[in-house]
Amino acid sequence: MDFSLGEDRQMLVDSLSRFLADKYPFATRTAAAFEGTGWSRALWGQLAELGAIGALFDESVGGFGGSPFDVGVVFGELGRALVTGPWLATLQAGHVLAAAGLTDDLAAVIAGDVLIGYAEEEGDTWFDPAAIETRATASGDGWVIDGAKAVVACAGSVDRLLVVAQTEAGLSTFLVERDAPGLTVHDYLLVDGGSAGDVTFAATPARLVGVAGEAGPVIEAARALGLVALAWEGVAVMDVLRDQTLDYLRTRKQFGIQIGKFQALQHRMATIALEIEQARSAAINAADSFSADRIVRERAASAAKVTIGKAGSLAAEEAIQMHGGIGMTWELALSHYAKRLMMIGHELGDEDYHLARYIELGRERIAEEA
Amino acid sequence: MDLKFTPEEEAFRDEVRTFLAEKLPQRLSDKMRKGQHLTKAEHEEWHAILNARGWLANHWPVDWGGTGWTVIQRFIFETETALANAPRVLPFGLSMIGPVLLKYGSEEQKRKWLPRILDGSDWWCQGYSEPGAGSDLASLKTSAVRDGDHYVVNGQKTWTTLGQYANMMFCLVRTATDGKKQDGISFLLIDMATPGIEVRPIRLLSGDHEVNEVFFTDVRVPVENLVGEENRGWTYAKYLLTYERTNIAGVGSSMAALGDLKDIARTQRRGGRPLAEDPQFAARLARLEIELENMKTTNMRVLAAAGAGAAPVAESSMLKIRGTEIRQTIDDLMRRAAGTYARPWVPESFEGGWNGEPVGPEWAGPVATQYFNNRKLSIFGGSNEVQREIITKAILEL
Repeated sequence: MDFSLGEDRQMLVDSLSRFLADKYPFATRTAAAFEGTGWSRALWGQLAELGAIGALFDESVGGFGGSPFDVGVVFGELGRALVTGPWLATLQAGHVLAAAGLTDDLAAVIAGDVLIGYAEEEGDTWFDPAAIETRATASGDGWVIDGAKAVVACAGSVDRLLVVAQTEAGLSTFLVERDAPGLTVHDYLLVDGGSAGDVTFAATPARLVGVAGEAGPVIEAARALGLVALAWEGVAVMDVLRDQTLDYLRTRKQFGIQIGKFQALQHRMATIALEIEQARSAAINAADSFSADRIVRERAASAAKVTIGKAGSLAAEEAIQMHGGIGMTWELALSHYAKRLMMIGHELGDEDYHLARYIELGRERIAEEA
Repeated sequence: MDLKFTPEEEAFRDEVRTFLAEKLPQRLSDKMRKGQHLTKAEHEEWHAILNARGWLANHWPVDWGGTGWTVIQRFIFETETALANAPRVLPFGLSMIGPVLLKYGSEEQKRKWLPRILDGSDWWCQGYSEPGAGSDLASLKTSAVRDGDHYVVNGQKTWTTLGQYANMMFCLVRTATDGKKQDGISFLLIDMATPGIEVRPIRLLSGDHEVNEVFFTDVRVPVENLVGEENRGWTYAKYLLTYERTNIAGVGSSMAALGDLKDIARTQRRGGRPLAEDPQFAARLARLEIELENMKTTNMRVLAAAGAGAAPVAESSMLKIRGTEIRQTIDDLMRRAAGTYARPWVPESFEGGWNGEPVGPEWAGPVATQYFNNRKLSIFGGSNEVQREIITKAILEL
């Protein structure tokens, strides 16, 4: 076994880490994340130049990475710097484009020239693609879409959207230009920074991606990769929270001594450290299982989300609690890491959804074997 | 044993309900229900309504405008007002400085300040914590040096809740540095308009402005604003922290919030069925409800003991810990119930009169903000760690 990242991946990590520490300090990040579109397009371009987008995709489709471990380390560095922007959308939409062989469209995304959003979830779908109600119907040479999507990342500031919709043949994927007729976006900032929007489509022209009715397995795999990304991001955020809290326990004095000398706090920190290592293992498992068969892949992805959800709540809440009042303040970076970690819990299915899904997938496996 | 209210207590509850039905403006209860911020004027409005009925300072002695209610009556009142989504009575004047003056203030101080609390002339804030003195409050450093008929105050206070609205502060200051740190603290009443005071807002992680830093530079405070004796302030400070614990568990407010949560669980759909039928969520909700039911009885047991003359210090700590944990769990389930709609952040919607288009279900708008904001509950008023220390020492004798 080898748990090292490997030389190329380590170089990518180092260059992203150095760049973000230098160009994207906390004050810059806070300004970018809570003003205007909630993210910096200039930073996006610079990170694209450094290869952060290309690393998410395989050489065969114009990238230079694409393994789940490449995805993991990129999202880890994005998490460490709390970078906002359509990263997860780009990952998911890009993989749908790649699966459909639309390498020209993907190339423009990888170059950072075209910004893409990913519109799957709806107000009542609760993470379940089978519940999607947005419909696409064939119209002349193309298609038109009617329906609504919820909390689409950066919906108001991307150039086009990859939309998942029902057709007569079943779940299908489409490309829609954001300035297409009949498309409206109600956008807003997010609790943890960045922006999203609710998108409605009224006879909005769309271009089919892949084969109508066959998108189910494609979007499922894209989501599994998204879960790998969120798991690695979550672990990186937890690492930061742990380190900042340890610093505080070592320097903050009350009752004449460092508060880190209190055994009650020491044992809680030990539990957090343990939970984070379990979460890191879950993130590694999810990445490692991505190329395995479907049920193994999906169970590992759900297991990672359950673990990140549990460990993340503990790490975020305890980091704030051990800081006391100062941990509640906007001025301290720590509170923004805590918010990001909690909100990761609300993306691509929450802890409860993935626990139920993990159980269900286990039943499917037993049924297959029987 | 008999856990039922007496007929008299039942009648009292009806009286409170009738009052709330008649006098609580729906404008205020709507804002409370929506998790919107109350303005200064709205807080004052609700205080004035209660004062007109003689119920504002219900726990004060009758001679000073109190009601003579039993602890059970006070519990009923607090629970019913919370269930009706009434604004909470701000504690700074009524439950903090008021009781300290009643017990330790001079006759002149009582006559001067207590009526002004009742009629809303003064908005008090608390000057306790400092950047270096949180859980270890007695290590506070803000100094007061006697100069003729005045104390000259220099230093800094922090976490001053709603200090932006206050015209008066009760403040712990250091008047001696030799001897035990607890023995050099005095309790001063400071007019916030005195030259040399600067109030700076602290922005919370939720974006809210409710706490402040307060800086003192050569602030002159007349000596008649010293409460009790110089260097005895720690005794008064501790009294303030242990007084008025009947509502520390926030049972009424948690019951109201649990009711809202159950309504949401019945109507919010998840995977084609109501959220309440999702086994994971149902289990979380059931555990919460069990804990709150237990808390209600624990609270009543402590109240009954207090009514019989006991001084429930460590029991109050238990109520504070579990009461705040329950409230935080409710907020946690609210955010879980919102799913993806916990993420949008539209702070304008937390202000009254906002007419924008809601994002997702209306109830989901404030849930994440409230979840983060209420992390404060286990930190302030003596952190839950400090409360556990009290239990360890006072009950367990470890």
